[in-house]
Amino acid sequence: MTEVTQHSEDRRGPVLPPWLKKLAATLLTVAVTLLGLLFVTFMIGRVMPIDPVLAVIGERATQAQYDAAYLELGLDKSLLEQFFIYVRDVLSGDFGKSIRTGQQVTTDIARVFPATLELATLGTIIGIVLGVPLGVMAAVYRGSWIDQTARFVGLIGYSMPIFWLGLVGLLIFYGILDWVEGPGRLGVFYQGLVTERTGLLLVDSAIDGDWTVFKNAFGHIILPAALLGYYSLAYISRMTRSFMLEQLNSEYVTTARVKGLSERKVIWRHAFRNIRIQLITVIALAYANLLEGSVLTEIIFAWPGLGSYITTSLLANDMNSVLGGTVVIGTIFVGLNIFSDLLYRFFDPRAK
Amino acid sequence: MSDTLLDVENLWVRFPTRNGIFDAVRGISFSLGRERLGIVGESGSGKSMTGRAVLKLIRKPGFVEADKMQMGETDLLTASERDMRAIRGRHAAMIMQDPKFSLNPVMTVEQQMVEALTTHERVSRREARSRALEMLDAVAIREPERVLRLYPHEVSGGMGQRIMIAMMLIPDPEILIADEPTSALDVSVQLQVLEIMDKLVKDRGMGLIFISHDLNLVANFCDRVAVMYAGRIVEVCEAGKLQEAQHPYTRGLLNAVPDLEHPRDRLEVLERDPAWREAPSVSAR
Repeated sequence: MTEVTQHSEDRRGPVLPPWLKKLAATLLTVAVTLLGLLFVTFMIGRVMPIDPVLAVIGERATQAQYDAAYLELGLDKSLLEQFFIYVRDVLSGDFGKSIRTGQQVTTDIARVFPATLELATLGTIIGIVLGVPLGVMAAVYRGSWIDQTARFVGLIGYSMPIFWLGLVGLLIFYGILDWVEGPGRLGVFYQGLVTERTGLLLVDSAIDGDWTVFKNAFGHIILPAALLGYYSLAYISRMTRSFMLEQLNSEYVTTARVKGLSERKVIWRHAFRNIRIQLITVIALAYANLLEGSVLTEIIFAWPGLGSYITTSLLANDMNSVLGGTVVIGTIFVGLNIFSDLLYRFFDPRAK
Repeated sequence: MSDTLLDVENLWVRFPTRNGIFDAVRGISFSLGRERLGIVGESGSGKSMTGRAVLKLIRKPGFVEADKMQMGETDLLTASERDMRAIRGRHAAMIMQDPKFSLNPVMTVEQQMVEALTTHERVSRREARSRALEMLDAVAIREPERVLRLYPHEVSGGMGQRIMIAMMLIPDPEILIADEPTSALDVSVQLQVLEIMDKLVKDRGMGLIFISHDLNLVANFCDRVAVMYAGRIVEVCEAGKLQEAQHPYTRGLLNAVPDLEHPRDRLEVLERDPAWREAPSVSAR
């Protein structure tokens, strides 16, 4: 009964266009999610058995220095108050200073994040370009050698630890065959040659038209990107296969065949169109996964990205950096989810 | 029958399974002229498989065997997949049970209808569109301009099925296979859809294979009826004389139909005689 009255009261209020309501709802969800995220990271910072004061002033400080720092960090205030201050700071882009690097965490992240972004993006592109067609073919030729190969490739992707594949890859393609460049983002001789615009070396060097640097950067990124791409390929192709199998069994596919369409059109124009929606979600998740910083890959390839930044900071008891990095990753995750949601609305006529 | 559109002799549809080969259709013969041939039978009697076999749309590992499958000038048995694609849609089309599933949910009515035509004819978009509009008009859809822009989920079941009919008839095929075209529709629109389909088929001089489990419907809408049981045709008769059918299975089916004027407490349950399975198929040629 209360719901009914509620509803009729709503009717009397100003009538908002449905898209505005949806937008408001989405924004509210985002806000609540991010607040939750901040709460969790804040609490992690508080429950970690690391004394934030000692981390700043060092073990040898006097009691007076300790007390001063204690007050400066605002640790005398109530937990709730501290949380509000934390949220306010984060919203203004202030994660505090990194103890390890002595710089603002924001500056640090702005420096390391492009490395991860570049790696993850290339990895995901590889995963999509190879994984989607492989999945589609595996579904179309179900049970054939293509399907078996896809399954085998996927199985290896699932079961081999990435650090092992990474090391073997380095050994073969760098150590023995010398096809690719070694660890790091760029060879020593090329450091500092690129004007920093986006922080993505491939993009920056291409804008400069400096193809020697581009080639070197590409040689460095291709192996770790291929490795990450391989893992998302395994996931993407498996999901694509099962989505496609479902669609290929549906009646509208028979309708398309009855019309006399070629099998290629039946598959890509009819069945594939219907899985784009689900596929977007899968790809967004795979991308978010790689963006989170693939710690192991970044460490093996000495890749100065977000994953290795957070790990090194954690080992150095540098909580500000860890929490800052965590918030960035969480935000990316939420952002990608919303993005895939928006694309969903765009591609699925039923969602409009 | 002088004007034979389709001639099928000894058709088998077989599926290899772990326990040997399963035969969904077991050696049936029929022909179709410019007439309405009804195929009735219970679920699993092989009637849908017969329809799909004609278009060679039996999904692997299933396969079709026959002594003869002739559509017009084309021998379907030796036709390649490429030949079949030229036949499907252009010479023989099929309407399926539920437009909710048989129309592509993410394509507009226009995209789907235009595609049905452009697959077989080189026509401009404009021309294809105007033919689509004409066809929608022919299946009694009001505001065809608006309907072209709709997605399948935006139309009702009856309208969806009329769109389906319009789409399948755009390339002007000679044969239409209607596989339970009204079973998924509300009773109130079933007749309307059937009448539209019937009129189009008659006006264009097409051959119709009407697959249904509804005896009365088939008796009213068809010229000839073939009754299928366990993958065979057990009886063939003129639709008007269905009430005089001889075969115990047909009699049993007729007997199981409720009658408003003579209500019964219990409907008859069909007694199946194992001998029916093995009795040779009756030819409907």
